[in-house]
Amino acid sequence: MLNRTDEIAFELNGRDVAATGHPVTRLTKVLREQLGLTGTKVGCDAGDCGACTVLIDGEPMCACLVGIAQVEGRSVTTIEGLSQHSDAAKRLQSAFLRHGAAQCGICTPAMIVAASALIEQVPSPNEQQVLDAIGGVLCRCTGYRKIVAAILDAGTAEHVEIPPAAGDAVGSRIQRLDGIPKVNGTDIFGADEYPKGALLLRAIRSPHHRARFTFGDIESYVASSLGIVRVFTAMDVPGENRYGVIGPFADQPVFAVGEARFLGEAVAAVVGDQDAIEALDLTKFPISWTELPPITDIDSALKEGAVLVHQNRQNNVLVRGRVVRGDVEAALAQAEFIVEGEFETGFVEHAYIEPEAGFARRVGDRMEVQACTQAPYMDRDDVAKILAIAPEDVRIIPTSVGGGFGSKLDLSIQPFIAVAAWHLRRPVRMVYSRIESVRTTTKRHPSRMRARAGASRDGKLVALDFSADFNTGAYSSWGPTVANRVPVHASGPYLVPHYRALTRAIHTHLVPAGAFRGFGVPQAAIAQEQLYDELADKVGIDRLEFRIINALRNGQPTVTGQVINEGVGIRACFESLRSHWARARAEAAQFNRTTVGPIRRGVGVAGMWYGCGNTSLSNPSTMMVGLRPDGRLVIHQGAVDIGQGSNTVITQIFADAIGAPVDAFDRLSADTDITPDCGKTSASRQTFVSGKAAEMAGRQLRQAILRLANAGEKSRLAFEDEKVLITDKDHVHVINLGDLSVDNTGYVLRTEATFDPPTSPLDADGQGIPYALYGFGAHLAEVEVDRELGCVRVLKITAAHDVGRAINPTLVEGQIEGGIAQGLGLALMEEFFPGRNENLHDYLIPSAGDMPPVESILIEDASPEGPFGAKGIGEHVLIPTAPAILNGIYDAVGVRIRKVPATPDRVRSAIRAAAAG
Amino acid sequence: MNEVRYLRPRSIAEVTDVLARRGGRILAGGTDFFPAQGEKPVTDLVVDLSGIRDLRKIETQSDHYRIGACTTWSQIVAEPLPRCFDALKLAAREVGAIQIQNAGTVGGNLCNASPAADGVPPLLVLDAEVELTSKDGARRLPLQEFITGNRRTLLRPNEILTAVIVPRIRDNARSTFLKLGSRRYMVISIAMVAVTLTTDDAGIITDARVAVGACSPVAKRLPRLEAKLVGVRAAPGLSALALPSDIDALTPIDDVRATASYRMDAALTVVRRALDSCAAGDL
Repeated sequence: MLNRTDEIAFELNGRDVAATGHPVTRLTKVLREQLGLTGTKVGCDAGDCGACTVLIDGEPMCACLVGIAQVEGRSVTTIEGLSQHSDAAKRLQSAFLRHGAAQCGICTPAMIVAASALIEQVPSPNEQQVLDAIGGVLCRCTGYRKIVAAILDAGTAEHVEIPPAAGDAVGSRIQRLDGIPKVNGTDIFGADEYPKGALLLRAIRSPHHRARFTFGDIESYVASSLGIVRVFTAMDVPGENRYGVIGPFADQPVFAVGEARFLGEAVAAVVGDQDAIEALDLTKFPISWTELPPITDIDSALKEGAVLVHQNRQNNVLVRGRVVRGDVEAALAQAEFIVEGEFETGFVEHAYIEPEAGFARRVGDRMEVQACTQAPYMDRDDVAKILAIAPEDVRIIPTSVGGGFGSKLDLSIQPFIAVAAWHLRRPVRMVYSRIESVRTTTKRHPSRMRARAGASRDGKLVALDFSADFNTGAYSSWGPTVANRVPVHASGPYLVPHYRALTRAIHTHLVPAGAFRGFGVPQAAIAQEQLYDELADKVGIDRLEFRIINALRNGQPTVTGQVINEGVGIRACFESLRSHWARARAEAAQFNRTTVGPIRRGVGVAGMWYGCGNTSLSNPSTMMVGLRPDGRLVIHQGAVDIGQGSNTVITQIFADAIGAPVDAFDRLSADTDITPDCGKTSASRQTFVSGKAAEMAGRQLRQAILRLANAGEKSRLAFEDEKVLITDKDHVHVINLGDLSVDNTGYVLRTEATFDPPTSPLDADGQGIPYALYGFGAHLAEVEVDRELGCVRVLKITAAHDVGRAINPTLVEGQIEGGIAQGLGLALMEEFFPGRNENLHDYLIPSAGDMPPVESILIEDASPEGPFGAKGIGEHVLIPTAPAILNGIYDAVGVRIRKVPATPDRVRSAIRAAAAG
Repeated sequence: MNEVRYLRPRSIAEVTDVLARRGGRILAGGTDFFPAQGEKPVTDLVVDLSGIRDLRKIETQSDHYRIGACTTWSQIVAEPLPRCFDALKLAAREVGAIQIQNAGTVGGNLCNASPAADGVPPLLVLDAEVELTSKDGARRLPLQEFITGNRRTLLRPNEILTAVIVPRIRDNARSTFLKLGSRRYMVISIAMVAVTLTTDDAGIITDARVAVGACSPVAKRLPRLEAKLVGVRAAPGLSALALPSDIDALTPIDDVRATASYRMDAALTVVRRALDSCAAGDL
């Protein structure tokens, strides 16, 4: 027998170490908590994600599946050790940075560990070997292709990046400025840091979709359980036991009162010493449940006399959306060609590799919360309400975010740990398990959509009649946004003179649906883009040409009556695909002609548009930059970088606005005490809105510097030690910064600028200016369908996106490839069933082996509103992928898949039904 | 309070001794143990087999191969083995991904007895037996009898599975394995098929074995089809012999991966493809 205190000795990164604890304690836990090596990440504790990959005696294994006693006497190598001792890993790290292979960075250490094991064995691997090596590590951001490229390129000697000259930062492919900690494993994510002695919190959650509950004797439960400090319930919430991302709709309790409305809803929290809390069997918590009949689908929710999920929301309708233009009925009555269809999509899980985590501590009468989040100021305001303190008395310190995609806009752990830390005056932390994360955080809205579209004899779109119901789950979250964004976008990027789009967000007793990359627009595009394909066929026009004919142009009204005079780049996107379309169609036809067997190839195309920023609502960003007496420029960069690259992009914009090289800047990242409000990282708004604020603040600082020497607009600036040199034509002014007074924030010069996109409210028919600018794009999918098995393989995606101006083309490509991977998942494999597939082996997201090559085409049709003409890109990239793939399936085998995902069983069943006639 | 219920014996005798006296929960490669544990604290007496070298080797005897229960999937891939093991090697490469193949063991895969265990069909077509050892000695059971249902086996509480025994009766048989899943890497099978075909000098099939996994609580051989294959030339086109009635003993279920009716339909396709691929000898 071993004792808990017996030491287990092994070699770690070349050094002898000893660990203590239960012998089957997961190696991940010991590495991270005892030995301080947090580069090994925990994503699932089940071997499904590979984020904890380490080398044991040189072989890659999941450290979450190894007990510490099992490595006794063996050699364990983590990312930290490789970073120090392995040349192969160093070359990989350099290649990852060069290729933009790290986005959020949560999977990056594991990718590098897994790849280094390969490179040690096979110095120049081929692509298949690379895929086999990393197939066990999931990435949700990159779409894998840049990772594969980086590994294939790791043989190349390290090369030194030549930074762009002052004024040339915008448009250059600089490596991400926060990249080094991501590739060497030192980046700090939500679970990676907490004060010594922090208490641990675990939530007691409903085991039923809907249930009444009563607590037993909590007092004696606490008294009889060694190490439990306190149990918290709704009674302990000092302020409002209610929060939500959209104030007027806020309805979600921190702890449910009396009745739980979805499977996994929290009703209480147990806080105590880490070991004691981890050892708890939560099923022994004193609570009794009475299961009640739940509403789990849209039809039951709408049924006459149905139970109301919320008493104040009649018919379980949270909100309705509406955009109407022209006379859709009359236009359809007269249209030469009409198509119609009904489409369905399910819950989709964000499946970021980092489960929610962080800690809270009370500092005097202030509350500090350090956690992964996409929306620090929204978190601040809601935590303040929950604690009944002023917003300024809450400090939110976002960690690096291991993927967000919309779900980390909503509060998760924050209310629990804040309430507990407030009462206990001790730091409290919480880390969601994978199951807890999947079960309780927001999802993409399931949808049921109906649409009719009509075209004239010459193939002009005349009308679209669209309606959709979205299952918004138990709480409002972003349901109103989805219901309002979809009607504005359901036309697609086309001129549609007669239009009606009606939506509803409907409550059920299921996990809240919220924001997921595109706020409902990807669902709408699945319906609309498939229908337009059918319409093109009916008219008898090539499917791509049909889209080109109908593509919106500068000066034409959108379905909300907005006239965009510059930067409508959709036609250019479609036109850039013409040669690819011809090639791909010819290749597919050739394959189908010459190949016998069940495999058929097809090509699909789909377009998209997406407004950047909030829909008709104010959403300002404020950026601040200061010049320190030592000559360094400091950016207060509050636009949270969740992997998309705002730390880098905002710096590039500042650099060119000021006329300084990128390496003249230091950066303070988001923290509500030190960075102004840049809003949330969502709605594809950070490059556009925060970027514009950065451009404005930067230009103001440049003006302020020039004024010091009365120098001309075109002067060149050089930032040196304690001075700035201003070269105005041939004259050089030297500004000695020591001569200037320093303000109370430590700067000799400081500027701050706020930008709020100009929009107008929508009227009762949804007419108005919802967005200051839109981004456009189109994808072309080449697919292969196995008629006998219904399996679909995507062979290639060609993606054209009008980004206005690519501030950093490598980062833009990274967004495109990552969005395509998520679009591919939406199209082919992802559907969450509450209570059934709450892990990463039953809920499948694409692996490295599923991702096809991507060819990105960047169209730069500048918008006068965006910084240097730039538009947003974050959500745009996902929208056309699924419909392009579905159109490709139709092209290959002649069946329409109207319910996604197009899993093998659904595709096969459609093929059989079609064959049966 | 400080005593921890955990043992990492160095010999099989030590294991069976403790199982006889106190019982215990077996830990081997950990790839099923830890996911099943989730967040719950470990309270059982854990008997960890990972320290027993004898369980981690593959031995070739005159009339059989002996695969130690703790042999990992990566070891199986790396081991030079005759042609009839190709199916098992192909299956080994489809167990999770490389991290899982480096840790997960053959014995664990069988004892876990998942209907979708990748190791079962290729071992069924090799007529594998399992060796179960207790303090009282060892007994052997055909694999087919050992697994009795979804997560159910005939392993007694005082026994461990010590080896998989493969008789040397078809070393030169052609064999193949096909797995159908919804993604590449780390995927639980919707259906899978293993095939061995023994042929005479003229290429006529003298013995055939076909097993289907993930379409019934326990992977199933298809005896009617196997019988039909004997006497036929092993050549592409063999698939035409496989008929829907040959798989009617399968009893697939609806789950998050696929519907039952799809599984029946797909199983036949995968069987046919495996037969043609095996007959053609292309892997």
